[in-house]
Amino acid sequence: MLRENQRRFKFDWLTIILFLLLISFGYLNILSASHVGEITSYFDPTQLYGKHLIFVGLTFVLIVFILSFEAKFYERFASIIYIVAILALVGLFLFGKDVNGARSWYGIGSMTIQPSEFAKFATALAVAKYVSDLETNMQTLKDQLRVVAIILTPAILILLQNDAGSTIVYLTFFFVFYREGLQQIYLVVALSLIAIAVLALKFGVLIAAAVALLVLITRYFLRKNKRASVLQYILVLAVCIGFSYGVRLFYEHVLKEHQQNRISLWLRLEKDPAKLELMKKREAYNLIQSEQAISSGGWTGKGFLQGTRTTGKFVPEQHTDYIFSTVGEEWGFWGSTFVVLLFVTLIVRILYLAETQKSQFSRVYGYGVASIFFIHFTINTGMVMGLIPTVGIPLPFFSYGGSGLWGFTILLFIFVKLDSNKINEW
Amino acid sequence: MRKLLLLTTVVLVGLVFIARLFYLQVYNNSAYSIFEDNAIRKVYNYPKRGYVYDRNGKLLVANQPSYDVMVIPREVEPMDSSDLTEFCRLLKITEEEYTKKLKRATRYSPRLPSPFVPQLSKKDYAVLQEKMRKFEGFYIQKRSLRSYQTTIGANVLGDIAEVNRRIIAKQPYYKLGDLIGNQGVEKTYETTLRGVKGIKFIQKDRFNKNIGPYKDGIYDTLPKPGKNITITIDARLQAYGELLMRNKRGGIIAIEPNSGEILAMISGPSYNPNLLVGRERSGNFKKLYNDSISKPLFDRGLQAMYPPGSPFKTLNALIALQEGVVTTEERFSCAMGYKYGNRKMGCHAHKSPANMNIGIYESCNAYFANIYRRIIDKYESPAEGMDNWSKHIKSFGLGNYLNNDLAVGQPGKVPNAATYNKGYGKNKWYTTFTISNAIGQGEVLATPIQLANMAAAIGNRGYYYTPHIIKNIEGDTVPSQYTTPKYTTIDKKHFEPVVQGMFDVYNKGTAKSLQIKDIEICGKTGTAENYAIIDNVKTQLTDHSIFVAFAPKDNPKIAIAVFVENGYYGSRFAGRMASLMIERYLKGEISRPDMENFVLRYSLEHEYEKPYLVKSFGINKQTKLVPIDDQEFQNIMKLKSEIPKS
Repeated sequence: MLRENQRRFKFDWLTIILFLLLISFGYLNILSASHVGEITSYFDPTQLYGKHLIFVGLTFVLIVFILSFEAKFYERFASIIYIVAILALVGLFLFGKDVNGARSWYGIGSMTIQPSEFAKFATALAVAKYVSDLETNMQTLKDQLRVVAIILTPAILILLQNDAGSTIVYLTFFFVFYREGLQQIYLVVALSLIAIAVLALKFGVLIAAAVALLVLITRYFLRKNKRASVLQYILVLAVCIGFSYGVRLFYEHVLKEHQQNRISLWLRLEKDPAKLELMKKREAYNLIQSEQAISSGGWTGKGFLQGTRTTGKFVPEQHTDYIFSTVGEEWGFWGSTFVVLLFVTLIVRILYLAETQKSQFSRVYGYGVASIFFIHFTINTGMVMGLIPTVGIPLPFFSYGGSGLWGFTILLFIFVKLDSNKINEW
Repeated sequence: MRKLLLLTTVVLVGLVFIARLFYLQVYNNSAYSIFEDNAIRKVYNYPKRGYVYDRNGKLLVANQPSYDVMVIPREVEPMDSSDLTEFCRLLKITEEEYTKKLKRATRYSPRLPSPFVPQLSKKDYAVLQEKMRKFEGFYIQKRSLRSYQTTIGANVLGDIAEVNRRIIAKQPYYKLGDLIGNQGVEKTYETTLRGVKGIKFIQKDRFNKNIGPYKDGIYDTLPKPGKNITITIDARLQAYGELLMRNKRGGIIAIEPNSGEILAMISGPSYNPNLLVGRERSGNFKKLYNDSISKPLFDRGLQAMYPPGSPFKTLNALIALQEGVVTTEERFSCAMGYKYGNRKMGCHAHKSPANMNIGIYESCNAYFANIYRRIIDKYESPAEGMDNWSKHIKSFGLGNYLNNDLAVGQPGKVPNAATYNKGYGKNKWYTTFTISNAIGQGEVLATPIQLANMAAAIGNRGYYYTPHIIKNIEGDTVPSQYTTPKYTTIDKKHFEPVVQGMFDVYNKGTAKSLQIKDIEICGKTGTAENYAIIDNVKTQLTDHSIFVAFAPKDNPKIAIAVFVENGYYGSRFAGRMASLMIERYLKGEISRPDMENFVLRYSLEHEYEKPYLVKSFGINKQTKLVPIDDQEFQNIMKLKSEIPKS
């Protein structure tokens, strides 16, 4: 009996160790980034690091809670959880609290809760539930539209609450769909559109169209299917040109000025030195400070609590979105590389576990988890070191904030629970 | 395949990130230096610069606070026009100047502080200090400037000036805007006087506000105050000497023979050291520097090399005795000069034949030509004799740098065999070719300080201490090189006849008129021919007046060399000045006001103008003395009365 019990709860300890490493290292960096003057008590709830320590403590309660449910519970209640999450997002329009122009929080006393952080795991559950349904076939347009509807609903609600960064996260489900049978053509189209968009912004519509033409001509002469008509190719070209125009129009007329400038900085579009100077003080300010902080770390960093830029609060929002710059400054190249490797290992481990799942629900959910960690890690870290335009999303387990921490913990530990149950599935 | 898309993407992203981290943190990053870290403010605390006292304890140089507005260009925030106007008004500069200065500072370094407006007045500082907070990137650095307690000794004391980039490149201790000794003792005792500045590292936040000491101040240092020094100069004698040199050009060096301490070091024309303080410094310095006619920054006591003339004869007498080529009583006849080959070296009318004593006090050229030939010809070849002679002369500190603690100096020139080998070809010359050396003309050059030192060595009967200016360093000792005697190659016993000869110069010789009651002075007049190139023509000008002396005859307390450019014969100006200086030093007052009045009353400025006149002019005997006007004379007399008696 006892042996059976043990077998039933075979947790993947590697994942749990990675989680513990991330959460502790994250706490140390928040401590460094948020302390002002002497640290009198690590539990001081008036200080951010004190609060974060409380969040970390509660995380463990939450983990016990998540693991105590039957694995089947999550599959069975996926739809309900999803609906609750959507309602929570809708409720924001009525009861939400404005912070920094985004209406993303519920205020309960002095506490705030950000439902978008919880909507991610709910959406992942819902997607897993729908995709793993025996009736669903990802190759059909009908089902494709339905799963897109599942991810678009929270994405649009979040966008309406002025949190564009969190909206982008939902694009990551493309990886899940592709794994579950989405046609190759979508991948080709997606990559092509990204390429055309970048070309159109950087070099203009004409160059983008020329490149598209060149690629299409090459493809036409190398085509295997001799029946495909020239007309089809012309149609595709027309779509490409239309899309490039669309991108430019979107960039020039739909995007807000600060969003324009972020892209402009990333693609180095601005040539006017006066305007660049101004951008340095505004959109690029955080980025420059963050890059300088990381750079100043050198090989080994300045040491825990010894970062001069971190102590001087040179990087705004350092304890939240820019927490990685603290790692860079205080722990140097070795420390930063360690964190990058922790994330890569975690994601690869989850992917590996997902592939070994017997139930499709668990596998799809696992893929969802890996994709969500992947996009957060890539966008956040990439942004902090200046590889990706500024998008404000947190670094899992590192950035300060209870909702984010708990959202990611639930996301991960539901999978840990599902995975621990795979022995019982056949 | 489908399984691999996310997996490969994740691994790729990880690799790209690590590469980016490597680029940012290792490849693109020089070693971390706290001085380059703009999150840490470096606040320098400048120590008090050491004071300078004269040998009697009179304070000569003290300090006054000064405030520089410094800028760190990278931290400057663009100001709106009303702020800019206010800032420029407070600093008393125009907006164009503001832009220009900021550009210049940025060119030097955007992240290191540069002086923006140096040396504000106390009043401007008080107003500005209140508002400084508003102007990001600017701050006020307190420094200390010199405050001269005297108007004399500009060439002795020197000045301090802002370091230039060349100095900073060589000595990283100095930062832009720092001050460094530029001339005089400020330069030679720079490290003693300046002390070591302290530094505080302060953690800033991104709003440029201080948030506290960096790492609790473990790297901070306290400033080490500069040490006070006492110099060997007697301020009263210096002041008196400068008055005597008024309206003349030349140098006076007075040395205490039994210590080598420099009592006075005068260079004419001089200037008020206060001209080189504060905001007016650079303008004034430029003016002095560019005065290529009277060259006030050229220290004639240390840097001017003249043919020493007759005083040099005393050395030839000493060498002749040492080499045993003459006795003191041997006589040589002089028929208004010395004939050699078909040439003649002229002399004046005096008792003949002359023994050594007469030779010296009558300054007989023929006598010295004879003994000089014997000195050289004692050896098999003139070259050997020449080198031997040269060695003796050099043992008196001539022909080379004195290696002392003065900021400037010149080696002078003493020829040896190589000199003539070069000029005439190896061994293609004879003693007579070099006969001018017998009377201190020809190839010999010396600075006044070398001649004063020569007098000291004769007065000491055979040794000297390197002339130096440091008497005492607070909490330190004077370097031993100044307290160990340097012996000449002449035995002590040979000095008495020469000293007697120099004594008789005052008793019955060329300086008879310059006797001072109760003081036994030994001296030697000198005259050096003076040529200048005017319109590409070598033109003779009025001779330089030279005098070398020491007193009293036994255990001398002062040795002196006076050089007056275009002063004509030795006793006219240089001799009088030497006697007055000696009397002033030994007695504290002047017993012969007529002699003093002569020196103070007459100017040589008209002599110095001659080369620049279009018309022709007379020299030497044809010159007339021109008195200064009464107002200037009254002024000088007033200054004289202000010098304390003792």
